[in-house]
Amino acid sequence: MQPTNRSSRILLPARYWFVLFSLIAALGLSYIPTGRLAGVPDWVALVLAFWCIREPLKVGMGTAFVFGLLVDIGHGAAMGQHALAYVVLAYLATTVSRRVLWFGPLQQALHVLPILLLAQGLMVALRLIAGAEFPGWWYFLSSFTSVLLWVPLTFLLLLPQYQPVDRDDNRPI
Amino acid sequence: MSLVGHQPPPIFRRGPAPLVRLIVLVSICLAMLVADIKFRYLEVLRQGLSVVTYPLQMAAAAPADVVRNATLYFATLIEVQLENAELRRTQLGAAQQLLRFEQLKQENVQLRGLLEMAQRVQVRSIGADVLYDAPDPFARKVILDRGTQHGIETGLAVVDASGVIGQITRVYPAQAEVTLLTDKNQAIPVQVVRNGLRGVLFGTGQGRLEMRFVLAGADIVEGDELVTSGLDGIFLPGLPVATVSSVAREPKDAFASIECEPAAAVEGSTQVLVIGRAALPPPPPQAAETPPGGR
Repeated sequence: MQPTNRSSRILLPARYWFVLFSLIAALGLSYIPTGRLAGVPDWVALVLAFWCIREPLKVGMGTAFVFGLLVDIGHGAAMGQHALAYVVLAYLATTVSRRVLWFGPLQQALHVLPILLLAQGLMVALRLIAGAEFPGWWYFLSSFTSVLLWVPLTFLLLLPQYQPVDRDDNRPI
Repeated sequence: MSLVGHQPPPIFRRGPAPLVRLIVLVSICLAMLVADIKFRYLEVLRQGLSVVTYPLQMAAAAPADVVRNATLYFATLIEVQLENAELRRTQLGAAQQLLRFEQLKQENVQLRGLLEMAQRVQVRSIGADVLYDAPDPFARKVILDRGTQHGIETGLAVVDASGVIGQITRVYPAQAEVTLLTDKNQAIPVQVVRNGLRGVLFGTGQGRLEMRFVLAGADIVEGDELVTSGLDGIFLPGLPVATVSSVAREPKDAFASIECEPAAAVEGSTQVLVIGRAALPPPPPQAAETPPGGR
């Protein structure tokens, strides 16, 4: 059982390889071809927001830019579209990280929702200016489904940081 | 606090301020967007980076393949029998036309020879499967399982059994991206079969097609069939594209507003043919008013 945010337990620092692995896994999930299905969560945005809030010194706008470009290429979108949205998302997430971490996971999700919506709104604005068709209001459903995943994601991505420093083979976790 | 010539100790040094970094990265992104959408300068970068993302994309597409194959596997016997009967019927209809086609082709070649007209262009075609819809929700595109390795180039026309569905707009080593006719930025030059009236067909972005720049007085009625005119030098002439579904003429407008239904199952085809000219068309004649010795 994980302690809640109220516990005063100090977590291990997140390892670089784990952060990178989770981002690449999110990238892989975002490449799953779902066609024009609305409400598919934006995995990369969600994981980026998580690490920007948890580890603002390790993950920031540079990482967001690189992964945004990779999403653009995989989705066949305009180059720089996701990159721009994710850079803004990373900026906002790192800015609010000190504040958000005081709240429990549910309230954190409420803080993340407007950031994700803003990132999506930016992409819509950019593409509409460039002359693309409006994808319909269902497009924004993706942010809401993403936010629903915030609590399970927090649990999953914090698991490795809960390991004890001195390992005891007879004790689980 | 900070004195001139005194740097902060390395543990407090964190590079440029976040706002500066944000502005720099956002300007890079905007520059890339303009370069990509407006001028298409970044295709090389896209091709290069797609080599990195390709294995991950293949791995991600695997579960979708499994689902598709499973549904195929569990298709009921009755469905297969019905489909088989339908295919036999169409095959019989096609055979009738095909039997006479060879003879007509010969006759056409001879007549064209007699009239000293240019021979019809040679066609080459590549069969392909539609893998999935492209995930970009702002455009209507599909991904094919054939790429540069199989001889696919940008600009080729993509057809299914009943007509044109789109055009190849981007090619990867083993995949190609087709922009469908219904995409908002796609246009195709067409011709009315009945009287040869020419026009350009545009996608509207909502799954429909619209023929623009046809004068309000032009002879076009509901039910007219539209085929490619081939005037662009890219599409082959004579491929069925659409049927006119409604014609509206407003007294204040110079042009008629013509809505069309695509002939092919544009957003539902699974097996397609990529076709193009075997040889490039001759270059268009240079405009006469280019100044002599201008280079």
